[in-house]
Amino acid sequence: MNRDKVIKVRNLVKKFGSFVANDNLSFDVYEGEIFGFLGANGAGKTTAIRILTGLSEPTSGEVMVAGFDARRQPEEIKKNIGYMCQKFSLYEDLTIRENIMLYGGIYGLDRNTIRERTGQLLDKLRFSEYGDRLISSLPLGVKQKLAFAVAVFHKPKIVFLDEPTGGVDPLTRRQFWEMIYETASGGITVFVTTHYMDEAEYCDRVSIMNEGRIEALDTPAELKRLYNAATVEEVFVKIARPGANSKKENADNNRIV
Amino acid sequence: MKRFLGFVRKEFIHIFRDTRTLVILFGLPVVMIILFGYVVSTDLKNASLAFLDLSKDDVTTTLTDRICSSGFFRKTADLSGHQDIDRILRSGKAKAVIVFGENFGRELESGKKPRISIIADGSEPNIATLVTNYATAIISGFTQQPTLTNQSSAPVIVPEVRMFYNPSLKSQFMFIPGVITMIMILICALMTSITLTREKEFGTMEVLLVSPLKPVQIILGKVTPYFLLSFVNVVTILVMSRLVFGMSVKGSLALLLAESMLYILLSLSIGILISAVAKTMQQAIFISLVGMMLPTVLLSGFIFPIENMPEIYDWISSVLPPRYFIVIIKNIMIKGTGFAHVWKETLVLAFMTAAFIGLAVKKFRIRLQ
Repeated sequence: MNRDKVIKVRNLVKKFGSFVANDNLSFDVYEGEIFGFLGANGAGKTTAIRILTGLSEPTSGEVMVAGFDARRQPEEIKKNIGYMCQKFSLYEDLTIRENIMLYGGIYGLDRNTIRERTGQLLDKLRFSEYGDRLISSLPLGVKQKLAFAVAVFHKPKIVFLDEPTGGVDPLTRRQFWEMIYETASGGITVFVTTHYMDEAEYCDRVSIMNEGRIEALDTPAELKRLYNAATVEEVFVKIARPGANSKKENADNNRIV
Repeated sequence: MKRFLGFVRKEFIHIFRDTRTLVILFGLPVVMIILFGYVVSTDLKNASLAFLDLSKDDVTTTLTDRICSSGFFRKTADLSGHQDIDRILRSGKAKAVIVFGENFGRELESGKKPRISIIADGSEPNIATLVTNYATAIISGFTQQPTLTNQSSAPVIVPEVRMFYNPSLKSQFMFIPGVITMIMILICALMTSITLTREKEFGTMEVLLVSPLKPVQIILGKVTPYFLLSFVNVVTILVMSRLVFGMSVKGSLALLLAESMLYILLSLSIGILISAVAKTMQQAIFISLVGMMLPTVLLSGFIFPIENMPEIYDWISSVLPPRYFIVIIKNIMIKGTGFAHVWKETLVLAFMTAAFIGLAVKKFRIRLQ
């Protein structure tokens, strides 16, 4: 791939006391790519995302996001990214319009731009008549799609999605992924973590973390070939459960997934 | 700045859309003032008295009328003999019984010491003390009238007592400053800690932290509406105490408002600190109520004088901000003193504010790591 790198990580280490949460991570993410960031709970994903979004400082190593240094220019990074987390991130007691107005304002958009884009957004999602309804009155799937739309409302270079589809029905998940594809084709890079392995198949490239290290990083097809597996799920299990993995035969057998 | 204002606006929407918040914010102060002003009154009004008059002459009748027309007492029963005293006190129909001895009037006029006794219900010590004090004052005032005792032997020394600053000893004068002190710290600490932990609990805090808003802006944006509304509250309480209880601010209103702002700021910073420690709204509420309200009521000198406490409680109360604000507000409201007399307390509050803000910022940073 000869596209521009929007995320560039070299030898990233993050320690909490003597505990190594991120052990020498190095990877690139290209512009317009859908990058799946997988790993078991406690593998160090959240720590890595916090560093990439400028919330936490790396102990050592080089981290560039959207062209800015995560250590020295976290404020610049924050202006150029969008973020949606596991927990639902819109305000329940505000209407759709008020939520959009709030987040648009926080990202420095002027009123006219916000109004214009709000109209387009509501049309696209076919929510036009619901604009003044409180978020708390909407079904979860709708809220989730809306949260994503708000996260990319200010047209960031990269959007970070931290388990965005938790607790959502399969149909909404599919619609959600259609939105992700559309966003990526519009040039916004999507950095997504998920526990649903079928979703990992939709990504352009996938990295799998275990015990603070990235154990594998490639396209889903290539990973399946390398690990001689039928699905990404199988690849994941082979990596996360040592002993079943030919590459890591010497690994500690006491590890629990 | 525009980002910040939008954020403040959103916080106002939260407040005005949530009935519970509104009730706590504006209903609580009004209810508290009315409760403390009317219900929790330490003044004596219309206490029930029974009389056992064994002499039944003009003097005892006049004295009885004098006692009952004072406004402090009302007569609920006339007893016929000593055996009734215990019964009426037990039944609760009288707080005390006044017993005139036989030949009361004749003995008084002839210069002898007539026998009179007050038997009070000691199961309620505060009321018993008040009743006996008030009744004794009325009775001794009556018996010292020169027209009644035509003897002019030994001069009786009676000090002339005057209550400065609160001439009629209204207990509202003591409670209103106390209620302001308590409500401000309660509402500010409670509401800010709740609103900040709510963002944490709902996950919106994470989104805000990832946004270009700086942590300081997030905290200020959440706290500013409460600062303004608390200030409105102080003004409301002052207006209410003026209209309902006739209590005006003796000293400088500007000084009082300025001191209130400092105190509100201090209370808000305590709330921020609580939110940095508490993980959930329940925890925040618990810490605010148990940690702030109880000590404020019990140890700040609001109800129980600090001078009467064992030394250890005195030490504990010296770290409580309300203790200092209560001195300031009482001085300004009741005595009308100026800044020269409250600068020490003001300095302590300013120092505490700085310390709490510093601590809160530090805690917030650690959490971000």
